[in-house]
Amino acid sequence: MSLRSPLSQARGLGSAKDGVHHWWMQRLTALALIPLSLWFVFSIARYHLADYSTMILWLHNPYVAIALVLYFTALFYHSALGVQVVIEDYVASEALKIGSIVLVKLAHFALAAASIFAVLKIAFGA
Amino acid sequence: MSAKPSAKPVVSRPLSPFMLGQYYRFQISSLLSITHRITGVGLAIGTLFIAIWVMSAVAGPDAYARFAWFARSPIGLLLLLGWSWALMFHLSNGIRHLVWDAGYAFEKKSVDAGGIIVVIASVLLTAAIWVTAYLLPAV
Repeated sequence: MSLRSPLSQARGLGSAKDGVHHWWMQRLTALALIPLSLWFVFSIARYHLADYSTMILWLHNPYVAIALVLYFTALFYHSALGVQVVIEDYVASEALKIGSIVLVKLAHFALAAASIFAVLKIAFGA
Repeated sequence: MSAKPSAKPVVSRPLSPFMLGQYYRFQISSLLSITHRITGVGLAIGTLFIAIWVMSAVAGPDAYARFAWFARSPIGLLLLLGWSWALMFHLSNGIRHLVWDAGYAFEKKSVDAGGIIVVIASVLLTAAIWVTAYLLPAV
């Protein structure tokens, strides 16, 4: 039995439903990103990786590959959630807002998939 | 309302001035808050470059050499410097946010003190990154 009034059901609006989920996932990915991004930025500073063979060797290390996959997952998820909030705050037009949120989420997903694929391809390769 | 609008005389009324700076003192809390947002958006753009970086590694040594050349160019190094500071600031201020989410440090004194710690930490961490990159002996 729904506790909503008939008027609110007719209007079709209501709670954001998974607003809290957004908030929680933002905090969870943030927590994961504390060690992961420190590891990432200090790794590229330490090993430079401007040389192609050094980069390939670095990616052949299974722990590096695993950590990079974890890092990219948390990074692109956290980034997509954050940018969504910024768009919601500043874009007034409903159509433009939804359109840009969809684009941003799809772009983040595509970049995440491509990056993780690239890491795995090199990690599994010769 | 069907009455015709009558011609109104132009009256100069006082306008609200831009408050920040002259009338409303800058506060570290609001300043760091907007900086957190700006660095967040900047870092989001940076994820694109991270993706391009690993994809150029998959594309082969020539593509990777082109990316490495750009990364080491003056503008590339400038972008890397900005990105590294943005990351360290966003990380430090992010921890400050997580502390608030846990329910601690809401008093004004704590907020301001935390803000100063975050700014100092971001500079120190950025310096640590660049010292690691250029001053430590080769691996």
